[in-house]
Amino acid sequence: MNEGTVTEPVEAQEPVEGHGDVSVDELALAAELTGSGERAASADIAEYALWLGDDALILAQQLGAWITYAPELEEDVALGNIALDLLGHARSFLRYAGSWDGRSEDDLAYFRDEAEFRSCWLVEQPNGDFAQTIARQFLVSTYMLELYSALRSSTDPTFAAIAEKAVKEVDYHRDHAVQWVLRLAGGTDESRARIIRAFGDVWPYAAELFRDEELIDRLGDAAVRPSTLRAAFDAVVAAVFAEAELEIPAGSTSAGGGRHGSHATELGHLLSEMQVLARRHPGATW
Amino acid sequence: MVIVSSSSRPISLAGRELSLSAPNDSNSRPLSGDESERERAWGVAAAVKDPEVPVLTIEDLGVLRDVAVDGDRVRVDITPTYSGCPAMDAIRDDVELALTNAGFDEIEVRLVLAPAWTTDWMSDEGKRKLTEYGIAPPTGRAAHRGPIRVALGVRCPRCGSLDTREISRFGSTSCKALYECRACLEPFDHFKVI
Repeated sequence: MNEGTVTEPVEAQEPVEGHGDVSVDELALAAELTGSGERAASADIAEYALWLGDDALILAQQLGAWITYAPELEEDVALGNIALDLLGHARSFLRYAGSWDGRSEDDLAYFRDEAEFRSCWLVEQPNGDFAQTIARQFLVSTYMLELYSALRSSTDPTFAAIAEKAVKEVDYHRDHAVQWVLRLAGGTDESRARIIRAFGDVWPYAAELFRDEELIDRLGDAAVRPSTLRAAFDAVVAAVFAEAELEIPAGSTSAGGGRHGSHATELGHLLSEMQVLARRHPGATW
Repeated sequence: MVIVSSSSRPISLAGRELSLSAPNDSNSRPLSGDESERERAWGVAAAVKDPEVPVLTIEDLGVLRDVAVDGDRVRVDITPTYSGCPAMDAIRDDVELALTNAGFDEIEVRLVLAPAWTTDWMSDEGKRKLTEYGIAPPTGRAAHRGPIRVALGVRCPRCGSLDTREISRFGSTSCKALYECRACLEPFDHFKVI
C-alpha cells in the first residue's frame, strides 16, 4: 500500500497505555463484562432467556466450525462475524438467565448437560454442505429478525435492551443469507439442486419456532408469542422464494421438543466438542 | 437509558503491590458531585483508546456514554459497538486502570445496551482520524435509513476517489467491511453504518 504517502500509525510514535500493559496476575480481573447487573424477575423470565440464549449459542458454535472451510475467504470472515454477533446475544441472554439462580454464563454454556439445554431443533441441524448452512441460516435469521423486532417492546427492560441491539445485527445476517439463497438458486444446476435439497432437509424444523408453550402464557407481554411471528416469517420466505424461483417444501413437520430438553441427535456431539475443554480444566483462563 | 449490565470491581491486588502513579493523594480530593472532578474523570476515561482501532478514543467512537463522580467513587457507562465486540472487556480494564492511576479509589464500569450504539455517535474528529489512519469512515446517517437502502459512495481514504466497490460486507472486525478502490486499486476497510 502506498507507503510513501501513508503517515505512520499513531501508536508507533508514542507508546500509549494499553491493556497489554496489565497482566492478569497483577489485577484481579472481574467477571467478564457481558451481561446483566439486573436480576431476572422470575424463574419464568430466566427460562425464556435460556430459550433465546441457547438458540444463539448453538448457532454460533455451528457457524464457527465453518472458519477455514467456507467456499471462499470472504465467507470464512462473514460466517465468523455472524457467529460472533450471535455469541454476543447468547452471552447477554445467558448471563441474564443465570442471574436468577446465581449461575454464570460459563456455568450455563459449559456445565449443563444436553437435557438442560433449551435450543430448538433447527439450530441443531448439522452444517451439512454450504447450501444446507445457508438454508438453515435463512430460516433462523428471518425468524430472529421478527422475534427481536417484537421483543423490543417487551415489558422486561433487559429483554427489550438486548433485542434493540440484536435486531440491527440480525438484520444484516438475514440479508447475507438472502443474497446466498438467490445466488445458489440462480447459479449452476449443481448449486440449485443443492439449495433445493437443503431446504427440503431443514424446512420441517421451522415449525417448532412458532409453537406456543405454556411458559409464554405465563410471561405475558415480557415475551413474544411465537405463533404471532409466523405470518411475517411466511411473507419473507414467500418473497425470497418467489425471487429465487423455489417452492416451499411439502411434507412432514418435526415434533421438535427443544424447549423441553428433548433434542436432535446432533446436539450431543456439538456439546461434547464445545464443553470438553472447560470440563477437563474447570476454571481455566487464557 | 436501561441499565442491563453492571460490573463493580474493587481494585484488589491479589497479594501483590500494584504500582500506581498517584494512589495516595486521592483522599484529599473534594467530595460529592464536584463538576471539575467529573470533568477530570471524563477526560481520563475519554482518552482510553479502542484496542482494535488504536487511533480512536472511546469518546470519538461514542462508546463512552456517561461518567458520574461522588468523592473518590466514579462510575463510567460504556456501550458496545456490536453485541459480540471482544474489545469491551479490554476497554473496561483500560478505563479502570486509567482512573486508578488518576487517583480514583472505587471504580465501577457499567455496560449499557440501550439506547443501542450507532455510528451516528462517532465524532467528526473520530471520522477524520479514521480517514487519516486508512479506514473509510461511516457515510450518511443510520438514523435516517428507511426500508429502501441507498448506498452512499464510500471515498477511498488513500486517493480520495469515490470510484470504489464493496468486496465483502464482512471485514477484519464486526464494524468493518472490505472495499477496493478502482482508481488507485488499493483495498481498504470501511467502517460500516449501523
